[in-house]
Amino acid sequence: MSLLDDFLLRALLAGIGVALAAGPLGCFVVWRRMAYFGDATAHAALLGVTLALATSLPVVAGVAVMAIAMALTVSLAAGRSYAADTLLGVASHGALAAGLVALSFMRGVRVDLMGYLFGDILAVTRADLAVIFGGGALIVVLLAWRWRPLLLATLNEDLAAAAGVDPRRERLVLTLALALLVAVALKVVGVLLVTAMLIVPAAAARGFARTPEAMAAGAAGLGTLAAVAGLAGSWRLDTPAGPSIVVAAVVLLVAVNLAVRRPG
Amino acid sequence: MTVLVEARQVGISFGGQRVLEGVDLALHAGEIVTVVGPNGSGKSTLLRLLIGAERPGEGRIVRAPGLRIGYVPQRLAVDATLPLTVDRFLGLAERDAGLRAAALERVGIPGLGGRQLAALSGGQFQRALLAQALLRRPGLLVLDEAAQGLDQPGEARFYRLIEQIRGELGCGVLMVSHDLHVVMAASDRVICLNGHVCCEGTPTVVSAAPEYRALFGFGTQGALALYRHDHDHGHSHDHVHGASDHDEARDDAHDHAHDHAHDHAHDHAHGHVHGAGG
Repeated sequence: MSLLDDFLLRALLAGIGVALAAGPLGCFVVWRRMAYFGDATAHAALLGVTLALATSLPVVAGVAVMAIAMALTVSLAAGRSYAADTLLGVASHGALAAGLVALSFMRGVRVDLMGYLFGDILAVTRADLAVIFGGGALIVVLLAWRWRPLLLATLNEDLAAAAGVDPRRERLVLTLALALLVAVALKVVGVLLVTAMLIVPAAAARGFARTPEAMAAGAAGLGTLAAVAGLAGSWRLDTPAGPSIVVAAVVLLVAVNLAVRRPG
Repeated sequence: MTVLVEARQVGISFGGQRVLEGVDLALHAGEIVTVVGPNGSGKSTLLRLLIGAERPGEGRIVRAPGLRIGYVPQRLAVDATLPLTVDRFLGLAERDAGLRAAALERVGIPGLGGRQLAALSGGQFQRALLAQALLRRPGLLVLDEAAQGLDQPGEARFYRLIEQIRGELGCGVLMVSHDLHVVMAASDRVICLNGHVCCEGTPTVVSAAPEYRALFGFGTQGALALYRHDHDHGHSHDHVHGASDHDEARDDAHDHAHDHAHDHAHDHAHGHVHGAGG
């Protein structure tokens, strides 16, 4: 019995840890319309897993490296030749396919593909928890530290430049935070649903928020609620945990929009 | 006079397209300078270079050390997903709530701090942007087509406010506009831009310059004189022209051009005209 409590508790903590970091970061993803960018970064994680397995690095490190590499590549290539969504579409699906192909070369290693794609929150270990909370705290501290310049650069890049803020540096801060989140959220919701944890709670919080800070806090809160409700539902109905959390978040989004008349 | 920002032989190209070439200019504390030019003449690019949002391909931009710039962008598209009250927007420039409220009062929209930025009217929005720029305690105030979307009286009021603020802060003001009349009347110095500095000087000197006339034609001079009348209360003959008597207006403008060129030559001593092509 105590064993059951233990792994459920760890799963719960892992979900909450990811939600608390994904909420505020997700607000920027929504405000800056970076959803597709988030997808591309997340899909590169599968290549990162392969990299980690091939070099016996920790999976988190491999994922973080590949996610950062992908994010930087896409940022640099943006605006060169193709439209942004075309470029991101190529990067996103290309990375996913390449990751699946690369993983198939890893013979002799038992790879839990479903776990990487959709998360394996019930198998979260104490070490995973440390990574999730450490990485999550880093993201939150980074965002809190750069909050005003980040907002200014999000609002208008020229306005930021006139105030002495370099919009490119702020973009880099967000890019790094995003890569870090992908790495820590991999175990919880998997490659395919990371973006959902970013976008859905933030979009739900937009329904009632009147300031950016309220929206960030609301997104963290709603994400936490979704993690708890999703895990509870998954436990009762025997459904996959990661997708259940995302479904719970979507239900919350719809509920908020029905309950609150959208301001402004 | 203190030089706030200086461009030295600045040039820039985008995708092989030459946008600016050999631009030399200096902005001083306490003066209102307007950059006019047709669409695509590089006005906004010049402005972005001066505020540091863009790096010049050639030449140098030199800013006075510690110069604070208050910037009022041409447009500010607040994404519908971003909830932002006026007060929170001003909070990006100033932490003190009392100063924020005072700034709103100063620009003529007191008590609007709790409103969503997206819910403001065009005029209120421009004033909120101006309040934000003022809260940075600027040494240089930069406005990019800031009165766009205002009706003519609203525009005139907006520029009068800018003049008052210049008087209060002693800051330099740089404006960009393709609307010649009101802006030029409110300026100490006009820079006519078309990829390079065509001509510069006091409004009357510039509007009489052949380079300016080649770009904008002759009609604007009459309009300039009209607004000069409205604006300059120091004149002895302060009559209003009807819309129909263009010729009379232009004749008058001619006289005034002499007056003003004379006055400004004394006041500022930079009523000169550069030749075309730099």
